[in-house]
Parts: sequence; C-alpha cells; structure tokens
Amino acid sequence: MYLLELENLYVRLAKEDRLILKGVDLKIKPGEVHAIMGPNGSGKSTLAHVIMGNPNYVVVKGEIRYSGEVITDLPPNERAKKGIFLSFQQPPEIPGVRIRSFLSTAYSLTRKNLSLRELEGRMKTFAQELGLSPDFLSRYLNLGMSGGERKKSEVIQMGVLDPKLVILDEIDSGLDVDALRQVSKKILELKNPEKSILLITHYSRITSYIVPDVVHVLVDGKIVTSGGPDLISWIEEKGYVEVGTA
Amino acid sequence: MTDLEKNEDRFDIKVNVKYRKRTAPGLGPAIIREISESKEEPEWMLEHRLKCLEIFQTWHDPRFGVDVSDLDLGNIVAYLRPDVDKARSWEDVPEEIREAFEKLGIPEAERKVLAGVGAQYDSEAVYQSIKRELESLGVIFLDMESAVRQYPELVKEYFMQIVKPTLHKYAALHGAVWSGGSFVYVPRGVKVPLPLQGYFMMGSPGSGQFEHTLIIAEEGSEVSYIEGCSAPRYNVLNLHAGMVEILVKPGAKVKYVTIQNWSKNTYNLNTKVAVVEEDGTMEWVSGSFGSMKTMLYPASILKGAGASASFLSITYAGKGQHLDTGAKMIHTAPNTSSVVDARSISAGGGWAFYRGLLHIAREARGSKASVRCSSLMLDNESRADTLPIIEVLNDKADVGHEARIGRISEEQIYYLMARGLSEAQARELIVRGFFEPIAKELPIEYAVELNRLIALELESSIG
Repeated sequence: MYLLELENLYVRLAKEDRLILKGVDLKIKPGEVHAIMGPNGSGKSTLAHVIMGNPNYVVVKGEIRYSGEVITDLPPNERAKKGIFLSFQQPPEIPGVRIRSFLSTAYSLTRKNLSLRELEGRMKTFAQELGLSPDFLSRYLNLGMSGGERKKSEVIQMGVLDPKLVILDEIDSGLDVDALRQVSKKILELKNPEKSILLITHYSRITSYIVPDVVHVLVDGKIVTSGGPDLISWIEEKGYVEVGTA
Repeated sequence: MTDLEKNEDRFDIKVNVKYRKRTAPGLGPAIIREISESKEEPEWMLEHRLKCLEIFQTWHDPRFGVDVSDLDLGNIVAYLRPDVDKARSWEDVPEEIREAFEKLGIPEAERKVLAGVGAQYDSEAVYQSIKRELESLGVIFLDMESAVRQYPELVKEYFMQIVKPTLHKYAALHGAVWSGGSFVYVPRGVKVPLPLQGYFMMGSPGSGQFEHTLIIAEEGSEVSYIEGCSAPRYNVLNLHAGMVEILVKPGAKVKYVTIQNWSKNTYNLNTKVAVVEEDGTMEWVSGSFGSMKTMLYPASILKGAGASASFLSITYAGKGQHLDTGAKMIHTAPNTSSVVDARSISAGGGWAFYRGLLHIAREARGSKASVRCSSLMLDNESRADTLPIIEVLNDKADVGHEARIGRISEEQIYYLMARGLSEAQARELIVRGFFEPIAKELPIEYAVELNRLIALELESSIG
C-alpha cells in the first residue's frame, strides 16, 4: 500500500493555459524519503503545491491518491486534515496572527489528542530545540521574519500538526549552515517509520542531512530518471541537463 | 456569570417604555425652554442652549463626508424623557429597560470590571463602594444634568469651551438639545485606579442621543473612561450628535475608549475634542461598527510643550454603511508627539473612508508624528478611501506617514487552508489579525465582544 501515488499527472496554471507538469508518476510508501531534484523552472514547486491542493494549479489529467483514496479534487484544508503537510518555500506574512494561537486553532482542526497545556509545552520545546526563544511563539506569523525563522516556524508547525506526509519545498533555501543542521536534525527526530518525506530541492546540500531512499530528477515537467542516493553525486558531477538526457 | 453569547437581534432591541415628556417634533425656542425647564437648569444653561439654537439655524450641512440629505431634522423629536426617576442601583431600573441593557451585555461588562476590586457581585453595594472611594479622593463622576445642578461653577467654566457651538452645524445642534452624558472631574495628582464607565445613566436611556461628556483631568492626574459599548434603538430618534470634551492639564493622562455600535438606522454625527497641556497624554481607542452613516474625527490639540496623543481605531463598514472617520492631531507647541493607527474593513458593499488631519504649526518645533491608515476590502462591491491630510509648517518636525488599502491575498488564504482551516476560518483569522494591534488595547471584555462582532459581521458578509 502506498501513502502517495501520482498517476500520469498533467497540471496547468489556473490563470494561463500553460502546462507545467507533463505526465508525472510517483509512488511513495509509508516511511520512505523521496527527493525531487531538478533545475529552476522544472516544475518541482508545482508538484509540491499540487499535492497540497493549491488553487493556482489545475489538474488536467491523471490523479492523486493518498492512502488509496483519490484526493485530486479536495480543497487544501481537507488534505491537511488527512495528514498532508507542506512546508512553504516562502510562507506568506499574516499580520496580527500569533504563531501560538494560529497553531492551536490549526491543531484543534486536524489533531485533537493533546490538551492545551501539553500543546503549549510541545511548541515551547520545539522552539527551544530550534534555537528560538519562547517569545518566538508570540510573534505574528512570518511577519518580518528572516528566511531562517520562517523555515523554523514551518518546522514547529510540522512538529505540532504531526502529519503523515511531509513535503519540504526548498527547506534549505535561506538557511545558513547552522540553521540547516538544526532544522534537518529536528525533521529527522520527528520522522518515524510511518511518516514519509518528499524533499524538493535544487541543491544537493540538504540531502547530506536528510538522506533520501529514492531520488527523482524532474526536468521540464517530467521525471527523467529515478534512482538511489548515489544519483545525487552523479547530478553534482554532470548537471541536470546531462543526467536528464543520459 | 452569563455567557457573552450574541446574536444579530441583540444590537437592535426595542422596548416599550412610557415617556413622561415628549416634545413636539421640530426645533424652536419653545422646545429648548421646555427641555431646560424640565431639567431644572440654571439660567446660563438655558441661555447657552438658545444661543446654540440660533447658531444652528444659520449653519449648512457639512460639504464633505456622508450624505445627510435624508435626515429630516424637523421630524426629530429632540427630547424624550422616560417615565422613571434616575435610578441609584441596577435593581431600581425598570425591568424592561434593564432587560434591554442585559441583552446588550452591559451589566456583564460592569461586573467584570468591578470584579477587579475583588468584590462579589452585588450591584448596589459594589457600585456604592467604588463611588465612595472615588468621592473621598475628590473625584466627581456624575451624569451631566446632576453636574450642572450640583457643580454649576465648575461646569460653567468648561462646558463647550473646548468645542464651540460655531464649529459645525451638529455641534450647534448638540449645544441646543444636549441631554445626558457624563461629567468627570479628577483633582490634581489623583490616579483613578479603575476605568470609569458611562453606564450610570441607565435610568434615562432615551436621552442618550445627544449626550455630552466632559472630562477634566487636573495636573498630574490619571483617568480612563469607557464609553458605552452599544446602544439599543429606544425611540424614534435616528440621529446621534453627541459631544465629548476633554481637558488634559499638565502632566495628566486620559484614556478614552469607545465601542460604537449604534443600530443601523442611525446617523452618527459626533464631535470629540481633547486639549492636551504641557507633558499631558491623551489616548483614544475607538471601535466603530454600528450606525448607517458616521462622521467622527476625534481631535487632539497638543497645546502644551511635550504633550502627546495617540489614536487607535477600528472601523467596520458592512452592508449599507458609510463610515467617514479619522483623527485630527493639531500640534501647536514644541516637542509634542502624536501617533495615529487607523484600520478599517469594508465588506458587503460598505464604505469606509479615512479622513484625517495632521497639522504641525510653526511653533511646534521638535515635534514627532506618525500617521498610519490601513484598509482591507473583503469584496469587490465594498469601498475604502483614505484622505490623510498632513500640514507641516516648520522644518524641525519628524513626520512619518503610511497609507495602505488592500485585500486579503489568495496566498494567505491558501497557506492557512494548507494548515487545516476552512476558507471562512482563514478569512476570519486574517481579519482578526488585521485588527489585533488595536483590539489588544481594549479591556478584555470589549476585545471578546469585538471578536464576536467580527465573526458575526463576516458570517453575514461571506454568507
């Protein structure tokens, strides 16, 4: 049984008639870590957002199945409730909404087993482990945050919401070496045999911290090749174009 | 404690109250005399009223802001006096009036604030004890009519000296027919520990439409005043032309909080002015939700060196509403400072207009001011405008200005939905967040009320 299956997925932009994904097949089992690598503009982020249900994209053909259920037409919040989580590359600022209260709301809508006090304790622990002060939770969501703080906020959210499928869209962008180490460490701690990770990146840097079981190379909306982690060093050496045409 | 649960009906309550006095529609000297006589006023107040009436009759309507052409002053009954005596305690208030206030949540607000002194709720006793404590400090807190009778010299010295009846048509009208309101006098150096609230005049709610509030804070004193959170539709009046005058003497500090939620058939043409002397501080916190049309521009005149003022406001213009509001900050002395943070939401075809004035006079060297106005439109039928006028007449002033009109972005909604919120929940969260920096300045029960009000308004606008 697969946790996520993309079958012959064709996707275009909602606002213009331009095809971004051109027949993507992808199958992820529970517990697996997959990496999608590829050059800028290859459709990696689109792939991440289509799985989450971003209304900016339209599935023109193919389907998305999650735990065997077709979710192609579900709104993002229904997907979130089923356990899909996307860490945004550039999460938007929401002024006046504090991380703490937002996350309590989101938690109460998706998971329910922790008491408010336990929830608060968990948030504080995560913040601390990521090198943030407890005051961080009182800040407005993403407002005036550095790139690193935004990513850490995403990881705290991921930790609290406890999803089954974690999609990390360029989690390493905007992070310095220390922050990247902290963030990766936390993600790995949160990982368990049931959780799957889909890592989206165009640098191989993150893959030395979060090591994928399977690597896919996406070029021009198609997965051109897939393989084990040794594919990464080949990409490093040859570049996407050559790997794609090999 | 009763839950603050609300429904739409709550803000539009009518009760059957018998009136002792009802003046004939229209305005003339005879009616003014009748009002003054029934209030047992001193001669000077009657003269003041008659003078204001004369001024009123020469004035035209404002040539900006909302359209008031539907407003037929000839048909407005200027003075209605309910058939009850001024009550001293909550229990003495007639049941039908009490019920209306209870539906509005006012006793709850009162109870919560009063609970701050650690007393168990017993309306009469608690109320009296606070009053006694204030009295022993020399604080005067009375309804305006009683103040006119009990402290005629004090009232005469200040009444309508800050806002002259010649200011505009509705200031003159107010001066002629004013009724009810509060008089607050805080002696030198006295810091009033709890906010004062204007609910003591419950015994005569019908007079609320032209209420006059006068606050005098003597040197070094401090006081917070909370103006009634909302008002039911008690009578045929559909015009509210109240007035607030505040004098902040050197080193004193006054905070004035209003949540305006008039029924949606009301013209709210209100005037509020504070004069701030040397090193004094004036803080306005204002929430405007109700009324059909509003024109309200609370002004702070910073006339002493080092004086400061802030104005934080939230305006929500829903279906059928046109709310034209903003702050006036007039710097006339050196080293004065002011901050304006005005936020508005328009939804369901509503129109929120920010109209503000920042004036820094030649003498106001070394002054600092910032004006920030932001508007959020929830749909394409709604309107938002900002007109912040800034006049700086010297080159030693530090002025910051920011105006922003926007909509909720699709990206924000998607992000919140990706965390499990429905679209409606996402919108509500964003709107609340937009107001949050102002809401947190409100007393907690008002902040709770505000949140419920927003949820309610959004439900009806999103559908």
